[in-house]
Amino acid sequence: MTYTKRFDGRKFDQLRPIEAKVGVVKRANGSAMFKIGDTIAIAAVYGPRKLYPSFLQEQQQAKLRCLYDMVSFSVTDRKRPGPSRRSTEISMVTEQALLPILDLSKYPGSVVDVFIYILQADAGTRCAGICAASMALADAGIPMKDLVVAISAGKIGGKICLDLNKEEEDHPEGATDIPIAILPREGKISLLQLDGNIKREELIEAINLVKKGSQEVYDIQKQALKQKYGGKK
Amino acid sequence: MKDYIKSLIEKDLRSDERKLLEWRKPIKVEIGVSKKAEGSAKVTIGETEVIAGIKMNVGEPYTDSPDKGVLITGAELLPLSSPDFNPGPPDQQTIELARVVDRGIRESGMIDTTKLCIKKGELVWTVFLDIYTINDAGNLIDASALAAVAALKNCVFPKLEKDKVKFGEFTKNKLPTKQEPITCTVYKIDNKFLIDPTTEEEKIADARLSIAIDEKGNINAMQKGGLIALTVEEIDEMIKIALDKIKELRKVLK
Repeated sequence: MTYTKRFDGRKFDQLRPIEAKVGVVKRANGSAMFKIGDTIAIAAVYGPRKLYPSFLQEQQQAKLRCLYDMVSFSVTDRKRPGPSRRSTEISMVTEQALLPILDLSKYPGSVVDVFIYILQADAGTRCAGICAASMALADAGIPMKDLVVAISAGKIGGKICLDLNKEEEDHPEGATDIPIAILPREGKISLLQLDGNIKREELIEAINLVKKGSQEVYDIQKQALKQKYGGKK
Repeated sequence: MKDYIKSLIEKDLRSDERKLLEWRKPIKVEIGVSKKAEGSAKVTIGETEVIAGIKMNVGEPYTDSPDKGVLITGAELLPLSSPDFNPGPPDQQTIELARVVDRGIRESGMIDTTKLCIKKGELVWTVFLDIYTINDAGNLIDASALAAVAALKNCVFPKLEKDKVKFGEFTKNKLPTKQEPITCTVYKIDNKFLIDPTTEEEKIADARLSIAIDEKGNINAMQKGGLIALTVEEIDEMIKIALDKIKELRKVLK
């Protein structure tokens, strides 16, 4: 069986509706909300601030520390509060997805904390979290070369699709889920994970689909930052 | 900073130009923060923002109340919401917040727990109420208690099939509620009382008294905090302030 029509009627290369906003947490040095379909992520950045205990400090540059978690009522079946193996892994890959764009050399001995919470989950939460986090880092004024755009691609019934929603992820025939983060200026990939079953050609097709879709997300992120800071439209 | 705030309060003034017994603006209650929750709400008081959400499940009742549903209240002071909060297991402040909110709801009889019984002694509904801080600009207790009540008010049962919850499918049946407790915390700084403190005011407060009050004006729960002891007259005065000041919150909830 092939997947000929998407459950929500989107084209195979079409993203869900996106909203982005910068400055959603007033106490933080930088913050952002990123909504894609029914998935909502918020991110807040604190720092650069002194890192304690001091043996954790790095002499060459500031350390980036990411924490990803979901609120208990963001999913249909209540998530137990607190970190899990899943959230710990996502926190780690999020750090790795963001690090290539950051220049932390000005702040040795410090830490930049990025906290990401998912308020409503409908697949693609780590990607939404990374999109929000990169905007929050920009809002915090951390020196950076670019933003990061993250979108998932997937394969359902032999068909490569962009930005799966939860219903598609739970497709009865199974879905291959591929979260990807792109550094738009360099066109490089800083996050790549995959669960499922896919051929080499299909994977390349999926990555190219995400690359194509990333421009739209990139524009929305930049627009949200401009909304706060002005600059040419 | 501390001396500056104190000198203002001495003159019945505040750094944000409010009166001592005045809530910050805006006070907002938004319903439905997460589509996945059985009930949820976001409360904004000034720059303080808190969300509360509810998930329900079925389980065994407690042996001492075989025909009553169960309420479990949790809170997380997200490190996202303040530079003072750290990730990790709940600390004293977090646990106090959850318990103060829980007591107001429980003791007011807001939730009609007898209507949460499915099979006496065997199966009852469990209500998981979780509170998350989004931006801590002071007065998390009152904002959290209000968010909790708003989320419960708009909570619906999920579908139940063969004694199992069908997660993600909601009914139109509302959670049976009988009361709406509102919590107001009155702070004491030197010889003055004030409500709805900012973070800076909170840090220099001598004492605080959180008071949960139902629609009839009964006091359902109280919690004193801070290191300074209060006189009976002071407590009486603080209760009077709370009874008056909850009216504005009640209006927002309607």
